[in-house]
Amino acid sequence: MSEQNLLQVSDLSVSVDEMQILHKLNLKVNPGETHVLMGPNGAGKSTLGNTLMGNPNYVVNEGKIIFDGQDITNLSTDKRAAAGMFMSFQNPLEVPGISLSAFIRNAIHSQTGKPIKLLAYKKLLESTMELLNMDPSYADRDLNVGFSGGEKKKAEILQLLMLSPRLAILDETDSGLDVDAVRTVSKGIEEYQKRENGALIIITHSTKILESLHVDHTHVLVKGELVASGDGSLVEEINANGFERFIKD
Amino acid sequence: MFDDIKKSVADINQSMYDFKDEETDKDFYREEAGFTKEIVEKVSTEKNDPEWMREFRLKCLDIYNNMEMPNWGPETDDLDMDLISSYVKSKTGMQGDWNDVPEDIKNTFEKLGIPQAERESLAGVGAQYDSELVYHNVKDEVAAQGVVYTDFESALHGEYADMVREHFMKLVPPTDHKYAALHGAVWSGGSFVYVPKGVKVEIPLQSYFRLNAAGAGQFEHTLIIVDEGADLHFIEGCSAPKYNVANLHAGCVELFVGKNARLRYSTIENWSKNMYNLNTKRALVEEGGVMEWVSGSFGSHTSYLYPMTILQGDHSKMEYTGITFAGKGQNLDTGAKVVHNGKYTSSVISTKSISKDGGIGTYRSSVTINSGAKHSKAVISCDSLMLDSKSRSDTIPGIDIRTNDADVGHEAKIGRISDDAVFYLMSRGIKEEDARAMIVSGFADPVSKELPLEYAVEMNNLIKLEMSGNM
Repeated sequence: MSEQNLLQVSDLSVSVDEMQILHKLNLKVNPGETHVLMGPNGAGKSTLGNTLMGNPNYVVNEGKIIFDGQDITNLSTDKRAAAGMFMSFQNPLEVPGISLSAFIRNAIHSQTGKPIKLLAYKKLLESTMELLNMDPSYADRDLNVGFSGGEKKKAEILQLLMLSPRLAILDETDSGLDVDAVRTVSKGIEEYQKRENGALIIITHSTKILESLHVDHTHVLVKGELVASGDGSLVEEINANGFERFIKD
Repeated sequence: MFDDIKKSVADINQSMYDFKDEETDKDFYREEAGFTKEIVEKVSTEKNDPEWMREFRLKCLDIYNNMEMPNWGPETDDLDMDLISSYVKSKTGMQGDWNDVPEDIKNTFEKLGIPQAERESLAGVGAQYDSELVYHNVKDEVAAQGVVYTDFESALHGEYADMVREHFMKLVPPTDHKYAALHGAVWSGGSFVYVPKGVKVEIPLQSYFRLNAAGAGQFEHTLIIVDEGADLHFIEGCSAPKYNVANLHAGCVELFVGKNARLRYSTIENWSKNMYNLNTKRALVEEGGVMEWVSGSFGSHTSYLYPMTILQGDHSKMEYTGITFAGKGQNLDTGAKVVHNGKYTSSVISTKSISKDGGIGTYRSSVTINSGAKHSKAVISCDSLMLDSKSRSDTIPGIDIRTNDADVGHEAKIGRISDDAVFYLMSRGIKEEDARAMIVSGFADPVSKELPLEYAVEMNNLIKLEMSGNM
């Protein structure tokens, strides 16, 4: 099992509204690894995240996505989640009428096929919210409704920790957060790495969130193609010099 | 105050409404179809009307024959009045004990969970099957408070006969519209409730209306008088099995809310989709009184339903919370009306409308603030959610203000289910169908919150039922 890639993306080409965004992209993620995907705006980073998660607006023209040995290229989003995938949204949606707490419990039930006992669930939820410095009252508030940007991102990380997937895609989780919120969010991500030995694909164009995280691989995406890959030190280089050297005309 | 009666209840079986019981000639009396003088007289005789009622019926029939059909709202061309039977009655009469109700009828109400609800959370129950009540009972402790809850026919002859006569069709006169006139001519069944001064009924009373006979009309009359300082929650539920012929419901509800009294009237209507629901509901509120409507409309082929409140006394209030779900083949024209007459009166109308699969949901309202209604306040908000591009949602608000000294706010929103929200929920492992149902339930949540729990559960199940399949 450990020798097998958790995620294997081969020759993946994706288009949105009939415009091709990703070109023959290849990527391998092993269990527990943390990958960082960087690149200038419009490079296709979020497209990759959405495609991996099965957003129907993103059409796979070519290539395959294998997760845990299973071809999931045409699998529906909910089944990908049940198989152990998760995505933290750049702009989490507001859903009135269902509380954050009820929603997560419902999601756990849907994924595992059995309900989680209320008391055990409440305890776990409370302690996880505490870890993320979330006010307990948020549990009973409607999902993301009226949450500030920071609260929404914390709620995403809360879901990550509660659902314990094997691969989490974090799409711009650090964007729009103040220093304290970034620290809290990265504490949550660290917890996920060590508690679940969870694999990560962190999509970002800043590096604040990566300061306290161990990074195994860094990839640079430009105009829908992976133009460079390296270890964690690549992050620092980009931090110092930007993407200029990767952009060719 | 009604929160404390909330209890958990089992989920309902999705097919629970659509079962039929054969009505044999042996056990049932059925009036021939159509509406003629002979038929109205026969109904009157069968019901042993007092003389004034017999005359009233005939006068109503006259009005009915001379009135035009409404020239607005959904089409009713497929409703052939000559095919509607005005009166269908079980031959056994009304019982005060479920054990005495005929087996087949009892089974119907058992399937609908009525006897169980009575045991668990209701102060009294009336159950109407086709044209007549088959069961009526009120808990001893509630009766001991002086609360009267009887079938309408008994009320016409009993101790409260004068009170009934004084109020019957005074709020909704037969000249109001064609179906009000029809109702006056052939009304049958329904309930009379009187809550004496200062009496607070802690748990709700409920009437359940079941129209089981194909091609029949149900014309029940509900009259509720809540005297000064009294408090009541009344619940009505309606359902029917589906037939290929049109059925008609033209009931009438008249509510009198006394000084500083409060009445909450909750309805969950799930008529089958061959039903024309042309129902009239109206409330008159005295000084300091409060009228609260909670209304869920899920069923029927065509509905015209606009509960109306007349805020007569100063400082009287009304609140209307409603939801309408129009699915395939349904044209539901619903909303609320309010007339502010007293000073410092206030009204809040908040509606939600969901349309799906080509269904048409129309919100229609009328708010009138008359010249004497100084310092009055009205807030109207209506939200519509269309689940696909072939469904329709319209908003037709009417506002008529005849004083400079009133505060009126109106807000309308029409939207579609967001694909991004569906994707978001699915990314957490929730199936597409469930994700959509979750969004729709969430949209309906402000209304479910107003319902007693067992009804909220029923409403959510109805939404799930409506949402499942062809998604």
